[in-house]
Amino acid sequence: MKKSCCCPSVCALWNTSIGKKIIVAVTGILLVGFLIGHASGNLLLFLGQEALNSYAEFLHHMVHGVGIWIARVGILLAFVLHLVATVQLTVANRAARPLEYEKPATVQASRSSRIMIWSGFTILAFVIYHLLHYTVKIQANLANLPPDAEGRFDVYSMVIIGFSSWPATIFYLIAVSLLCSHLSHGIASIFQTLGLRTKRNAGLIQMVGRTLAFLIWAAFVVVPLSVISGLVHLPAAS
Amino acid sequence: MATLNLTLKIWRQDGPHKAGRIETYDAHGIPDDASFLEMLDIVNERIIEQGGEPVHFDHDCREGICGACSLTINGIPHGPEGAVTTCQLHMRKFNDGDTIWVEPFRAKAFPVLRDLVVDRTAFDRIIQAGGFISVRTGSAQDANNLPIAKDDADASFSAAACIGCGACVAACKNASAMLFVSAKAAHLNLLPQGQPEKTRRVLGMVQQMDAEGFGNCTNQYECEAVCPKEISAGFISKLNRDYALAAAKETLT
Ligand code: FES
Repeated sequence: MKKSCCCPSVCALWNTSIGKKIIVAVTGILLVGFLIGHASGNLLLFLGQEALNSYAEFLHHMVHGVGIWIARVGILLAFVLHLVATVQLTVANRAARPLEYEKPATVQASRSSRIMIWSGFTILAFVIYHLLHYTVKIQANLANLPPDAEGRFDVYSMVIIGFSSWPATIFYLIAVSLLCSHLSHGIASIFQTLGLRTKRNAGLIQMVGRTLAFLIWAAFVVVPLSVISGLVHLPAAS
Repeated sequence: MATLNLTLKIWRQDGPHKAGRIETYDAHGIPDDASFLEMLDIVNERIIEQGGEPVHFDHDCREGICGACSLTINGIPHGPEGAVTTCQLHMRKFNDGDTIWVEPFRAKAFPVLRDLVVDRTAFDRIIQAGGFISVRTGSAQDANNLPIAKDDADASFSAAACIGCGACVAACKNASAMLFVSAKAAHLNLLPQGQPEKTRRVLGMVQQMDAEGFGNCTNQYECEAVCPKEISAGFISKLNRDYALAAAKETLT
């Protein structure tokens, strides 16, 4: 245990295999919760400009504008903890078998479960890009977007302009598909790591995990696909 | 009686700190009712006749109860059949002309001693760290004076079926020992006799497991698939739960 530790019990948790996995699971719950919220919010696009822009306005003014920062800091913290813990666990896992089998075999581990670290890194790269794209708004025509008729920030037009290019859409689709793969193993793993999976409910947990992963995937991909196919388009110039 | 002609690719290593290599052996005329270990005995006889060093491998009971035999056969600990140990695996499960890869159980915590023999004393040290109950001996209590629910007794018994062979570690992508540790902990944690030392047991065994250099479980259940005693990965879930409770208890008291 490190000497600089501020809270011995938290450090003890961080320094054991199961403890660190519990942290991965708990931060995983927060991140899945965020994804569900984010995906449902995105679907407001289909209710039109008014619905989406007023929802965005609401998010930015929750608790006098402090709410969004509490959420952002919380999600960032969960994300960083999840990332650091899983990278450390993966490094330890590789070290636990210095010499691989000459003839390796897999009996029942799913493909998703075996690429978790790579799907995770892709999500990390995507999140950085995605934040630069839509939160920092490095794309000039997004940064200088005129406000909507009510004088609010025009999220609706931002999404449509942002997804009008094929490269952005393709990267988005790849990242969200890997996210779905990550969740299809990750959600069920939360239950196992927190000790809630039993022989009896194992099948149900796997089904719930995969279904939820698929629903999140569907809710995310439907947005850029609708934009690029022209199903949803910019409001008539006002 | 049918016989098989096989090609074996066997890991040979002269000592713990020597470099190993795969060597190829021709195993012809193997009776199909031989067990896998008997097949190796036949191959070894031939090696000895030719003045070579026989292939070293672990074995003891040869009836699937002691956990001494090991071997990763075509990448799968105890071979392809499922729910059997290597000593119970029969050659009729293979086909004439097959090439069979035979490697030791691979894990940092299971160093190779020679050829296919690995040092599994890390498991003993995990047991010493809490996989026991402390009782006063000498005055046996009346039989059946501790009521135990049938479900608990059954669950405990199915955990106690673990023979400590280490196949779970060998199969795990991360060389994790969670299935073994969870079975050994659950076996006692499920019974009234295991309650007094439960917290200490769980924390101690997990700590020792980490110290031995086993990997971390990533919930892929390869262990469960190869376990010759079909120990359920549900016990790993139970160990995670028991660990969280034990850690909380230790922090609060
Ligand atoms: S030799 Fe005893 S279990 Fe195989």
